[in-house]
Parts: sequence; C-alpha cells; structure tokens
Amino acid sequence: MSQTKVENRQPADVLNWILDRAMIILIILLAIVVAILRPAFIRIPSIVNLLCLTAARLPMALGVAGCIVLAGTDLSGGRVAGLTGFISAILLQSAGTATRFLQGGQPLPVPLVILIAMVVGGTIGVVNGFCMGKFKLHPFIVTLATQLITYGVYLTVSNSKQVSSLDPSYSTNFVIKPLFEFTVGGIRTVVPMYVLLAIILTAIMWVVWNKTAFGKNMFAVGSNEEAARVSGVNVLFTIVVTFIIAGALYGYTGFIEAARIGTSGPSLGLSYENDAISAVVIGGVSFVGGTGKISGVILGVFMMQLIIASMTFLGISGSITYIIKGGVILIACILDMRKYRTKK
Amino acid sequence: MGQEKVSLRKEGIGQTFSGVQESRDKQRQEILLHMEGMNKSFPGVKALDNARLTVRAGSVHALMGENGAGKSTLMKCLFGIYSKDSGRIFLEGKEVNFKSSREALDNGVAMVHQELNQALKRNVMDNIWLGRYPKMKGLPLVSEKQMYQDTVEVFEKLGLDINPRTIMSKMPVSQRQMVEIAKAVSFNSKIIVLDEPTSSLTEVEVEHLFKIINMLKSRGCGIIYISHKMDEILRISDEVTIMRDGQYIATKDAENLTKEEIIRLMVGREMTNQFPQKIDTVQDEEILRVEGLSAQYSLLNDVSFSLKKGEILGIAGLDGSGRTELLENIFGAATRRGGKIYKEGQLIDNACPKSAIGNGFALLTEERRATGIFSILDVKENTVVASLKKYMTFIFLNDKAMEDKTDEMINAMSIKTPGQKTKIRALSGGNQQKVIFGRWLLTEPDVLLLDEPTRGIDVGAKYEIYQLIQNLAKEGKSVVMVSSEMSELLGVCNRILVMSGGRLAGEVDADNTSQEEIMTLAAKYV
Repeated sequence: MSQTKVENRQPADVLNWILDRAMIILIILLAIVVAILRPAFIRIPSIVNLLCLTAARLPMALGVAGCIVLAGTDLSGGRVAGLTGFISAILLQSAGTATRFLQGGQPLPVPLVILIAMVVGGTIGVVNGFCMGKFKLHPFIVTLATQLITYGVYLTVSNSKQVSSLDPSYSTNFVIKPLFEFTVGGIRTVVPMYVLLAIILTAIMWVVWNKTAFGKNMFAVGSNEEAARVSGVNVLFTIVVTFIIAGALYGYTGFIEAARIGTSGPSLGLSYENDAISAVVIGGVSFVGGTGKISGVILGVFMMQLIIASMTFLGISGSITYIIKGGVILIACILDMRKYRTKK
Repeated sequence: MGQEKVSLRKEGIGQTFSGVQESRDKQRQEILLHMEGMNKSFPGVKALDNARLTVRAGSVHALMGENGAGKSTLMKCLFGIYSKDSGRIFLEGKEVNFKSSREALDNGVAMVHQELNQALKRNVMDNIWLGRYPKMKGLPLVSEKQMYQDTVEVFEKLGLDINPRTIMSKMPVSQRQMVEIAKAVSFNSKIIVLDEPTSSLTEVEVEHLFKIINMLKSRGCGIIYISHKMDEILRISDEVTIMRDGQYIATKDAENLTKEEIIRLMVGREMTNQFPQKIDTVQDEEILRVEGLSAQYSLLNDVSFSLKKGEILGIAGLDGSGRTELLENIFGAATRRGGKIYKEGQLIDNACPKSAIGNGFALLTEERRATGIFSILDVKENTVVASLKKYMTFIFLNDKAMEDKTDEMINAMSIKTPGQKTKIRALSGGNQQKVIFGRWLLTEPDVLLLDEPTRGIDVGAKYEIYQLIQNLAKEGKSVVMVSSEMSELLGVCNRILVMSGGRLAGEVDADNTSQEEIMTLAAKYV
C-alpha cells in the first residue's frame, strides 16, 4: 500500500523525512541557539563534559532499552543503582575512616566489588523478569514494586547515612582516573576511566543485541511473543535474561556513580530510571516493542544530556528543565507512533 | 472398527504390487503418525472426544470437519501447544508427548498456524530461523551470512522470489503466508501440519503451494492438510479423515470421495446444495448510490455503483484490489479523498462509523478475530455492543432487555453456545460470526456491508449464513458482500462488481457469467 502512496507525492515525502528526524533536528537547532547565545557551550571542555555525562548514563539506558524492546519497561533502575552504589561505597571505604560503615574492615579488591554490584542488580532483574515472564504481570507493576522494595532495603540497611571517604583504589585510581588529559586555552580537561568502560560495555551490548541468538530472540519476543513461542524460543528465559542484563547494568551504574560523585546517599540514582527511559524513547526504541538500535540509545542519552546542559548554560532553572524534559518525551513519542500507526 | 479393517486390507494389496510401484506404495503405507483416544476438554466444551488420526509417509492427509469439530485442537495437542487430557501419540512407532513447540519441532513435527504467528517488525530470515539461528563456528554469535545463504537456498528450492532481508510487515499477507510455509519446510520435518494454508493466497500461489506439497510428498513427508475448501482437498489429498464434534468419524481414500459425501460425513446429514435456492428479492427502489468514491490513504479510485432494495451485490477481485477499502470508505472507517454517497436519494456523509450506523449501515469486518469479536467479552456483551442505546433508561443499561435481545438472536440464528455468559472466544468461528451478525441486526440496518462473511467457516455454518443473507434480502434489506470465493458470489448474489487495482473493472450478472469472465475482469488493472 505504501508504494502506491508514494507516487506524485514528493512534498509529503520531504515532510516525512523531516518528521522522522524531527527530534534530532530540533535538538541540533537548540544546540546552535545555545552556542550563539553562550559561546562557551561549544568549547572543548564543555563538550568533553557532555560526553562524560553521556558515558555515565549510558549503561542504565542500555539496560532499560532491552526491557522496552520486549514491549515492557523497567522502573527499578535508579533504586537498584542507589543500592549498589551504597554497597560499593561501604565495601570500598578507606580503611582508616573514623566513621567507617563496616568498622575496622579493609577495602575489598575493586573487580570483586564490581562483580558484587552487578550480581546484586542481576538478582533484582531475575525477580523482575520472572514475575513478568512466568506470572504474566505487566512489567510496569512488577518493577514499580521492586523499585519500592529496593529503596526500602537500602534505607533500612544504610540508615540513610552518607558514605564517603572512598578508597583511592576505587575512585581516583580507577573510576575517575584520568585516562588522558589536555589543556585547551588554559583550561585542563580530563577524560576519566569510566568513559572507556562505557564504550566497552556499549560494544558488548551491540554484539549481544545484533549478533547473538539471545538478542534476536529478544527482538522477536518483543515483536510477537506467540510467534517466538511456537518457533521454539524459550520466551521465559529470554525475558528473564533481558532483565538480568538490565539489572547488572543498573548495578554497574551504581558502582560508577558512587565513585563519580564521591559519596553514596539516599539521593544517589534518584530518577535515573526516568532519565534512562526518556533517553531510550528519544533514541527511537519504541514502546510498541521489537524495535530499537544501540546507536539510537547512544544518541538518545546524548541528546538528553545536551538538553540538560543547554538549560544549565542558558541559566534556566531546574524546575523549568523538568517541563522541557517532559515535553521532549511527549513529542518524541508522538513522532515515533507515526511510524506504527496505519492511516486509513 | 470397520475403517481399520479396510486399511489393513489395503496394506495387503500394497505388498502385491511390483517394482517401483511397490516400493513407493510401501513408503506410502508406512505409518508416520498415529494418534488414538485423544481427549481434551475446555471449560464448558469437550473439544476432543476419543479422536484419532493415522498419517502415512509420503501422503497428504486432509483433516476435515466443521468449525469446532476439533481439528485445530487435535493438531495443537500434537504440537505441544495444548496438553491433552488423555490419549496416545505415536511418531514412527514411538510414543511421544511433546510439552512444547520446541520439542515438537526438534522431533520433526512442524506446523503452519492458521493465524500467522510472525514477528512482523523483523525481516524474513530472522523469522524463518527464529529459535534456531545458525551460529558462527566456535562462537556464540549468529552467522547472518549463513542465515542468508540458507534462506536463499530454501527459497530457491521452493521457487519463491522473496528477499530474505525484507521486513515482514512490508510484505502482503499472501507472501507472509508463503514465508511461513517455507519456514515449516525448512525444518526438514517428517510431519508438516498446514492449518488453512490457502486462506489468504491467490490462485497462482495456491498452485505454487500444491507443487511444494507434491515435492514434500515425494520426499516421504506426511502432510496434514486442514482446509474448508473441498476442491482443494479432493485435488491434493490422498486420504481424508473427517471429524465431527471432537469425534473421529471416518478415514477414506480421497479418490473415492465426492464433495457430497464429505459434506454428509461432516454435518452428519444429507446436504444436496451448497447454496440455498435463489429467490428474486430485488425491488425497484434504489437504496444506495455511490459516486466517484476514492480513498485518501489506500488504493481506491473513483468507484461508482448503485444498490437496490433487497439486492445482494457481490464484490469480486483479488486480494488488495480495493474491495475491503470500498466497504470501509462507505462505512466511514477510512478517510475519503472524494466521492458522494446517497441513501434513498439523500446525500449523506458517513464521516465515521458512528454516523454510518446512524444512517442505517452495518459493516461485518474481514478479520473476525482482529476487528470483529471482543474476545474477552461474553456472548451477550458482544451481541448488544453496537445497539446499547436501545437498552438505556436514563444512563442505566437494562440487563433484562439486553438478555432478551441476545436470546432472540441466539434463537433466530441457532447460535451454538453454552450460554450468554460464555466468552465469545470459546465459540467456533461460525458461531462467532453469527453473534456478529446478531450484533448488526440489532442496529436495524438497511444496508449490510459484509466483508468475507464466511471466511474460515465450515460448510454447514456457511449454508446457514447464506440462508441468513437471503432472508435479510427478503425482508427488504440490501447486502453488499465481498468474497474471495467466486462460487459463493455466483451462488448467492444477484449482481457482481469486479474490482481491480483499486478501480471498478466491471459489473456482471451473477446468473449469466462465468468464473473466467470474473477473473479476466479482476486482472484488468493489475
């Protein structure tokens, strides 16, 4: 049917082409406007900073994107990161700290702590995936519940205490260790370790999504669960593994964030899941299920950070930023649904 | 019992044949699949009642029965989608009991489902190899190259011209159906179940499918073929098993069967005519006139026709020729680009279905499951949903009035249902369709637009629907009926419009035309 529509309709085609990319075009326009009003916006340090923030938020977005490809969602991300950030922080607090959370202990080896953070996240993912796949609960409800439970567990165990004085082996010598640094126009700019880690994780996720049977099954389940089932796909397994990977990535995010911020507290991870879901949607991973690309997720996270950075540069308050974020999500979804709505 | 004796005797005869004939027949005689004592109950329905089936290697075994006779249920029990209550299944002499589709596929049983189960957002080859992607050597990664080559190989073998990288949703339904068939073939299965494989295929594609089936047969596969189309069954199958009400009725050699015999076995009574006797119901008064109707987003260009009171007007044409679009545009369910609609001489706009219903129109949609029934609602709710206003006192619905009306419809159309509170999805296709007819009759329409009213419905129920259509015409209602089955249009309608490429290709008198004439017109603007 689309073939017959195309003939003699060049103006509509141009319009469609623009609408398909409207989000990117709008945000580039925004960047240009900000750059003209505040020239510092396009200097190297602020661009590097933007990329660093993107790298910090990317893993969680990659995790939640898988859940959305399944035609689901995951609200637990931020709170899982909060919990694993706390766990990483107490396990890697400097040995001599007076108010050390685990009194008298030594910091554990960093790789072991990363593993613990990811396993904790993955375990919550098992619960999410199992409830969705086995009991057919809507993931919105399941992950809303696990979000609350995770937060409750965190508050109970931590007593809402701030955990700081992190061991250098964790923070300055690992997560925020300068990978390379350079000075432009008298300003020192640092690219930290976690950017490299984010690149590696993204590469792995790209392979998982595009080159493994699991990845293809994930898309198939999101596109038509019944088709996948009668083709012999283990649907429950696919759902559970998707949520485990997501959980592990949230766990990793917590590990990175505690070191990046330098402290773990109740606000760590707050509304990260919202930012991640928004970014993923802006990046063209549809809630319809079965579609999405890693490149889209990267672009989505980047654009989300670009919007936030633009607001900061323009001196627009955080309150207004919320309104703008919400508006952006709405527009992104409206534009997205154009592709799936068949006009009659 | 008698049947068993017959088949035993036949095996004896088979052994006396000589040479090639003997070995080929021997291969055919070999029993691939045997199911016996199969029972399966759903709440309120006994779907299988001691059913059985024996399929031989290298043969096409047709499974026939009215809707609700238990054919699909039997196959789903075989394929591991349903778990049987009792019964035994033997595959090549070994007892099996598949717990999942995966297990069935691994053991050489493949199935083309009646409802196309496909991941539409993925491409062709992703769908074909779903669940068993080829891996790169020594790596846990999928080999796209291998997948592409394998797909091309399968398509070449089957003579299909489809790009393996096309996204499924971009292809017409008939091609998607062929992909599904290719997928089943690609499993190299011993048993292939085809559940209504031709429901959305064009005639050329049906021929193609038959070639594929013959190829599989010569390979020694056992093919279980479920269809309502008698001509197809008699042409393609070697043996026919007939089921009724979940029970086994008979297994016969296809060559000794006639349509009449099959129908008699299926419905359990003599049925001499496929169509009710035509009666002249057409009145002089014009009820509907359509002028230059064109659609905005779909293929429909400048269609004009008129319809008389009491007339049954058929719309013929190939899939995608604009038949459905014509009905949807009249009913206001699609955006019009231009054209006028007059009812009884008055210009009406039918801007949306609601206003069309108000103007006395009703549309029975093509895809019953997708756009006809509300599957989670019960029979009563499905019946009254289009005429709720009539049972309203102030803002409250009158339950008694709704129940009475539903009962009236159940009786008038002899709908087989355990009760009004039964979920509609538990009924057979024919009965679901009758409920939808009931829904529209309660809106008291003057013009009924019927899109494939008998698709996927068994012979007995079809006859009842034809009768129903004729009775409506007798009452002075007018019917516009789209159908892919030409014999049905010829048997039921007064006049037939033929669509082609979104345009009206011609008009024929149903009593003085031939299938050839209609086909020629249908190809006019292709």
